[in-house]
Amino acid sequence: MSTKIKLVVIGNGPVGHKFLESLVDSGKSEDYEVTVFGEEPIPAYDRVHLTSWFKTQDVKDINMVSDGFYPNNNFTLHTGDKVTKIDRFKKVVVSENGVSVCYDKIILATGSFPFVPPVPGHQRDNIFVYRTIEDLEKITAAAKTGKVGAVIGGGLLGLEAAKALKNLDLETHVIEFAPRLMAVQIDDGGGQMLRKKIQDLGVSVHTQKNTQNIGDGDSTVHKMSFADGEELETDIIVFSAGIRPRDELARQAGLGMGARGGVVINNNCLTSDADIYAIGEVALWDNKIYGLIAPGNAMAQAAVDHLTQTGTSEFAGADMSTKLKLMGVDVASIGDAHGTTPNCRSYTYVNDREEVYKKIVVSEDDKYLLGAVLIGDAAEYGSLLQFMLNKMELPSEPEGLILPSVDGSSTGIGVDALPDSAVLCSCMNVSKADVIDAVQAGACDMAAIKSCTKAATGCGGCTALVTQVLNNELEKNGVEVNTDLCQHFAYTRQDLYNIIRVEKIKSFEELLAKHDSTSGMGLGCDICKPTAASIFASCWNEHIIDKKLHGLQDTNDYYMGNMQKDGTYSVVPRVAGGEITPEKLIVLGKVAKEFNLYTKITGGQRVDLFGARSEQLPAIWKILVDAGFETGHAYGKSLRTVKSCVGSTWCRYGVQDSMAMAILLENRYKGLRSPHKLKMAVSGCTRECAEAQSKDLGIIATENGWNMYVCGNGGMKPRHADLFAADLDDVTLIKYIDRLFMFYIRTADRLQRTSVWMDNMEGGLEYLKSVIIDDKLGLNSELEREMANVIDSYQCEWKTTIEDPEKLKRFTHFVNSKAQDDNIIFTTERQQIRPALASEKLATETV
Amino acid sequence: MTQTNKNTTANKDDWLSICQLDDILPNMGCCALVNTADEQAKQIAIFRIISPTGEEQLFAVDNYCPFSHANIISRGIVGDLNNKIVVASPLYKQHFELSSGQCLEDESVFLNSYAVRLNGSTVELALSPLAKQQQKKA
Ligand SMILES: Cc1cc2nc3c(=O)[nH]c(=O)nc-3n(C[C@H](O)[C@H](O)[C@H](O)COP(=O)(O)OP(=O)(O)OC[C@H]3O[C@@H](n4cnc5c(N)ncnc54)[C@H](O)[C@@H]3O)c2cc1C
Ligand code: SF4
Ligand code: FES
Repeated sequence: MSTKIKLVVIGNGPVGHKFLESLVDSGKSEDYEVTVFGEEPIPAYDRVHLTSWFKTQDVKDINMVSDGFYPNNNFTLHTGDKVTKIDRFKKVVVSENGVSVCYDKIILATGSFPFVPPVPGHQRDNIFVYRTIEDLEKITAAAKTGKVGAVIGGGLLGLEAAKALKNLDLETHVIEFAPRLMAVQIDDGGGQMLRKKIQDLGVSVHTQKNTQNIGDGDSTVHKMSFADGEELETDIIVFSAGIRPRDELARQAGLGMGARGGVVINNNCLTSDADIYAIGEVALWDNKIYGLIAPGNAMAQAAVDHLTQTGTSEFAGADMSTKLKLMGVDVASIGDAHGTTPNCRSYTYVNDREEVYKKIVVSEDDKYLLGAVLIGDAAEYGSLLQFMLNKMELPSEPEGLILPSVDGSSTGIGVDALPDSAVLCSCMNVSKADVIDAVQAGACDMAAIKSCTKAATGCGGCTALVTQVLNNELEKNGVEVNTDLCQHFAYTRQDLYNIIRVEKIKSFEELLAKHDSTSGMGLGCDICKPTAASIFASCWNEHIIDKKLHGLQDTNDYYMGNMQKDGTYSVVPRVAGGEITPEKLIVLGKVAKEFNLYTKITGGQRVDLFGARSEQLPAIWKILVDAGFETGHAYGKSLRTVKSCVGSTWCRYGVQDSMAMAILLENRYKGLRSPHKLKMAVSGCTRECAEAQSKDLGIIATENGWNMYVCGNGGMKPRHADLFAADLDDVTLIKYIDRLFMFYIRTADRLQRTSVWMDNMEGGLEYLKSVIIDDKLGLNSELEREMANVIDSYQCEWKTTIEDPEKLKRFTHFVNSKAQDDNIIFTTERQQIRPALASEKLATETV
Repeated sequence: MTQTNKNTTANKDDWLSICQLDDILPNMGCCALVNTADEQAKQIAIFRIISPTGEEQLFAVDNYCPFSHANIISRGIVGDLNNKIVVASPLYKQHFELSSGQCLEDESVFLNSYAVRLNGSTVELALSPLAKQQQKKA
């Protein structure tokens, strides 16, 4: 017999789902019998990131529901079932599939729908909207046969849709009724600059175009006719002409409505019926609909607080400032972007060469920021927003905030001046205090802050500011944000790399003499020596145990094997792509047998031989090198393996020769030394048998070429790789990899895997794309040249070593004896050796 | 290896000749095998440090790493930390001061250190602390 309160949630979009999460967080969810209806066939997904569905076309990537969320909390979820009626007298809701549920309370989170103006012809086939995964599926299917696509509406979502069409390889047009793009958020000057930039990207922009008819095209599916007599032929049309609240249920139930739609709510998100709340894009607060996720989330919280009486938050309006990247172009709008406040002043900075437009709107007395528009470079977004939100006094001559600084100093906000309550990340509602708490609890880099506060995981617009607060806080805690590499070098790894490269420094002595911060008295240490060695290798690629370099190497590099816990080493020859002839396999077996080595197949598709004493290494490698093996660099911070499946040669599903590509790549990048190890994989089709998305660089074959994924990781902190570019041909793929690896080598911190490198990079994936694909920094030819040098100077380190008697001398265990280390003792387990335990060693000694 | 001296037996103050200076590469270590007074074989890591001003220094400590229980100290990277000349154990990277054998990360742990000198071009080692320990035990 249940005395629980019957709660029905209508709509399972991002806000409806956020409500449920907040309900669970309140600790009161067990007091409720919860039933959820969602019209869409799948549970809540992240609509803000809808466009990223194209990457993998896998809903999992934008799924919002953690595993087992509904069953674990005893929530009943009806997907693919639309509520058709709320009976407020019987207190029952009825669904299309015939489910009827009694309720005590209702949460209405039905969101909105795209408005399609009733232009004649708007109901033809091949005309779409851009709101749900189903829409995207339909657009993708249509793009297979179409050549041209047009988006009606040049607002924020329209431009996002245009980007999607462009990525689907359509000739893309944007049709806007107003005289400029994003008319709501940005001013005229900004609109012009945005238009220029978007056209540079190959999208045609048509403003002041009023579509009057859609009919049959001559050479395409449709012909659009405009009021000014012009026409446009296109195969696909996407309407993005604004959104309207899905308020039909509320209207039918007789709830209080706004004149132009929307369900009226108060600060607790209650509608005119005290048992019905409305949240998200269906709700009308103070005569405003909020078409952004952050206000929706705030409403969800306010509703939970009021319903469960566990909190006091109210919805009190929200700031509509936005920052986004449209087709790689930074666009930001803050507050009164149009400068409509009486007597306000504005300052504008326009740079036609770099295509940057910035404007700030300030109060009459220059004291407070009222609004801003940033196009092409939105680096100041975070600090400008804080100036406005917290009503902080501006510096005198506020124009300095958007002028490029001549001396490199920044006139941004001092984060100390921000109040603790300042919301740094509006997407995830993370305040300065939250970030500070996270730092106190031990988070000390951006990756940690992201995972424990969720800050900067939405639109990413707040990354720079959150980073500043983080660093500031660390500094205050006496964790000096010392980016010095070590006591010897007051530089970051990146600085040191540039110094070595530019000054052509080739030895550690020279580096110390010129740049040691201990004024030439230091010897270096186990941090800076291997770091310098790795940089020398990336830049000059000399033999790692060359006389001037060997003392810098970690023991693994010095002995060219991985030291195991008992002081023995492992031997791992390269088996490119995992392809090996029977003859070579037999050689491996023979060597293992002759030297009694423990033998195991690795995850990188090769064979690992364990238990070699240092003095045995040369003899073992002599046999291997003579049989045609090369070192596998399993010991180095360098390219490890390129894992592969057999691909189209053998597999019935394969669409490209993944095997050949893997071998080519492994041979190209073998020996490349980098800040940390690098792993790659190539799969022959989307079934992804080589698990490429868990690698630093993953490649998946497509019908048309290769999809390139970057910065994935297995291991301790698994991270799925991000799609970087699609359908590449061989040459472009290799170019991108050359550049990306070299850029990583140039800019990463010591021992920083690619995943953390990218997560800590301001602008993340998009920035990386702009550098590697669009050559934003003008570096690419240099990066390619540097990579070519490394590839050309490759040598098998073991081959060179066994040919040099001087080098071979150092492998003996004792300087004064040919004896062996008697502390290395093995026992047998499963027919192979393993290091003896301490107790076992004692036993053998007493025998 | 210019010399093998498997049968060297050490008395308290004996200087044992180990190898030629050139057998040890600058700013690196090597491992010597010596027999102690009670005929036990002992592994000792000897380091040759050349300061930036060109001064030669030799140090000798146990080769056995108390953290990893493996004979590997001689293969560590040498350097200086807080003005102390140290070696970093190659497995778990603890630092030991070469002159005293003291572990910088854990005060209670140290390596025995030994007297070592250059006699002409020959590196010589004395096992005094070892002898002391033997006496204590007895
Ligand atoms: C392409 C795109 C990009 C965007 N980018 C951003 C951005 O960068 N930043 C930002 O802040 N916002 C962005 N938005 C807006 C953001 O996605 C919305 O603010 C958010 O989705 C609103 O959530 P909601 O739950 O209120 O509504 P919705 O997401 O519309 O969800 C409502 C759900 O309820 C279902 N439903 C409706 N009626 C019924 C019924 N009668 N019975 C059962 N179920 C019903 C609907 O099918 C839908 O699944 C973007 C939107 C799109 C489309
Ligand atoms: S990834 Fe594709 S081609 Fe490769 S083995 Fe799997 S199914 Fe075959
Ligand atoms: S403001 Fe969008 S992620 Fe922080």
